[in-house]
Amino acid sequence: MALISDGRFIEDAWRRLADEEALPKTGKFIVSLPRLEHAVEVLGPTATFGVIIPNTTEPSALIAALPRLDLISIAFPAFADGRGFSLARLLRRAAFKGELRASGRLVADQYPHAIGCGFDTIEIPDDLAERQDEGQWRAALNAYSMSYQRGYAGRGSILEARRKAVRS
Amino acid sequence: MTAVDLRVAQRPNAPMTTYRYDEYDAAFVSERVAEFREQVNRRLSGALTEEEFRPFRLMNGLYLQLHAYMLRVAIPYGTLTARQMRRLADIADRWDKGYGHFTTRQNLQYNWPKLVDTPDILESLADVEMHAIQTSGNCIRNVTADHFAGVAPDEIEDPRPTAEFLRQWSSLHSEFSFLPRKFKIAVTGAAHDRAAILVHDIGLRVVKNDTGEIGYQVVVGGGLGRSPFIGKVVGDFVPREDLLAFLEAILRVYNRFGRRDNKYKARVKILVHEKGIDEIRAAVEAEFAAMDRSAFDHDPEEFARIAAFFAPPPYESLPATSALLRAAKLETPAFANFVDVNVGAHKIPGYAIVTVSLKPIGGVPGDATSEQMRVLAEASERFGFGELRVSHEQNIILPHVKQDDLFALWSMLDAAGLATANAGLVSDIISCPGLDYCSLATARSIPIAQAISKRFSDMSRQRRIGKLGVKISGCINACGHHHVGAIGILGLEKKGQESYQITLGGDPTFSASIGEILGPGVTAEQVPDVVEHLVDYYLAEREEGEAFIDTWRRIGHARFKDVLRREGEDGADI
Repeated sequence: MALISDGRFIEDAWRRLADEEALPKTGKFIVSLPRLEHAVEVLGPTATFGVIIPNTTEPSALIAALPRLDLISIAFPAFADGRGFSLARLLRRAAFKGELRASGRLVADQYPHAIGCGFDTIEIPDDLAERQDEGQWRAALNAYSMSYQRGYAGRGSILEARRKAVRS
Repeated sequence: MTAVDLRVAQRPNAPMTTYRYDEYDAAFVSERVAEFREQVNRRLSGALTEEEFRPFRLMNGLYLQLHAYMLRVAIPYGTLTARQMRRLADIADRWDKGYGHFTTRQNLQYNWPKLVDTPDILESLADVEMHAIQTSGNCIRNVTADHFAGVAPDEIEDPRPTAEFLRQWSSLHSEFSFLPRKFKIAVTGAAHDRAAILVHDIGLRVVKNDTGEIGYQVVVGGGLGRSPFIGKVVGDFVPREDLLAFLEAILRVYNRFGRRDNKYKARVKILVHEKGIDEIRAAVEAEFAAMDRSAFDHDPEEFARIAAFFAPPPYESLPATSALLRAAKLETPAFANFVDVNVGAHKIPGYAIVTVSLKPIGGVPGDATSEQMRVLAEASERFGFGELRVSHEQNIILPHVKQDDLFALWSMLDAAGLATANAGLVSDIISCPGLDYCSLATARSIPIAQAISKRFSDMSRQRRIGKLGVKISGCINACGHHHVGAIGILGLEKKGQESYQITLGGDPTFSASIGEILGPGVTAEQVPDVVEHLVDYYLAEREEGEAFIDTWRRIGHARFKDVLRREGEDGADI
């Protein structure tokens, strides 16, 4: 897997735990959703862990665990399945401040969408990363100077800019 | 003869009657072109697979059709300037085969562009403030509106500022660009629905509440396709300041819960149908209540900025009726027929709304040659403040013509083969491109439309028949809106043969209804016969003032079925 952050391919500091693997004492690791409740119960307040969730997850199912989570990875079963974008928005609305990761076969052209909805990082398979190199991801990040929506992250809002122009 | 001299006809400087890009709009569209150019390069280099490229080319209006690529250009809310129309003509000449096809959703399609040329075409469009953004793909599509917007006497408010507001909001939306399926929004501000809002994913109707405040009735879950549905009211009165937030709530509910397991069940109409409108309304209201609406707080200012662009042109103060017009009608019967059929009432005294039919007898519905586009551009400058509209019936509208100028306009149109006096009549057929172009089609549509049109080539007979919507689709995706045709025709394929299913009683307006099936399918050759029998039966049965659909509603579907069965027994071979 390759990880993209701020338009660069970076080393992944996180490790995805297999379900049969015991919870480690140290390090950054990601558990599956069914193990989350147990992990929250047994891990101490200093443990650094995250969860990977299907894009159909109800945000309410995570609310209790949110303050404990340092990372939430949302699985994209197909790159054109946009449910993860709305889920990311809802998790940000629920005040999740940790790393939000999109995991799946997302293509570089979706990068601005992901950033806009609150994702920090994108995790893609190696074969995809080979075809779509860092340059393409960075270009996608800079493809648009502004956006027409307001309240979405990343680019500046055209609506805000117009408002400023009227009032100055 | 009181003919107006074309050489001295007024040619006002085209005033601004539609939205103009500011620096942000211009930058956005040109960035979009640059991005697409790079996407094409990456497709050619293999960085993007065809599967990956597909949603991005679709979101820029580029389809892979039966024989070639097809580029669908947006004409937001159907409004065009003369300059834009000329550019469409130039593109048709330079990169296509000298013509374009106006569609049922206020778009223009080029049927023969090359993939490598499309970035240049998009750049040429951007130069005149046009684009092909979101004319396809599983995103919010080109927002359409009443083609008589701003000039219809029955209007509460011009719907185009709302449509432009939504065009911008929906452009490259971070969250809603990978929806379960396409999402179409239409807006009307009038008492009569000319935008078919009840068969859109979201239909918006401008309404006034008891205190005179303007808001929107919001309808969701209408649509045609293989499972037609009439939209249902999800918000009775949504104040303007809440519109974007309310729509965002609907889109979020749809994006999360719309079906993705079967593309034929993925439209919001299916979600509404399966969950029921009450459950959907509750979900939308809950989402709306949970949203941070501060992000929308200042949108009224932006709305006012946009609305200012749609100011009325500098109309002259004129008498309500024109003596010139009356005299010219007496002098020239063909002109009189044109006026009676294609010219509608305007809200300003002395002016008229002119429908230019793109349905010549035996022609391809919605097609216009580059030469015709230039004539239309010229006509709009001479006689209509340089503004044109495209209707969902695939015709062109000149929305502000002085009644005094109608004869000169008609003469000009007639010389260009654009004066067919059939707006709303049986030969004003809506048709999809069908098997002649489309890779989805199961049967031909255009030749069927041509055959019906020729069958009714006697214009006086057409006028006697009166208003009659014939709509033809070449497959169950229903791009030709057959479900809402008073006579609907659906082309299917049965055992390698084209078979046409006829429906009766469809209606796309506020009294919307889905057509009912008449009987077993018929062959392509039989379609004009069947239509003719139905029309003759209607003529025999109709009461004073009844249109086809009125008679059908009054006497019932069974009687129409019976008559065809009897005709069959009489050896009429249907």
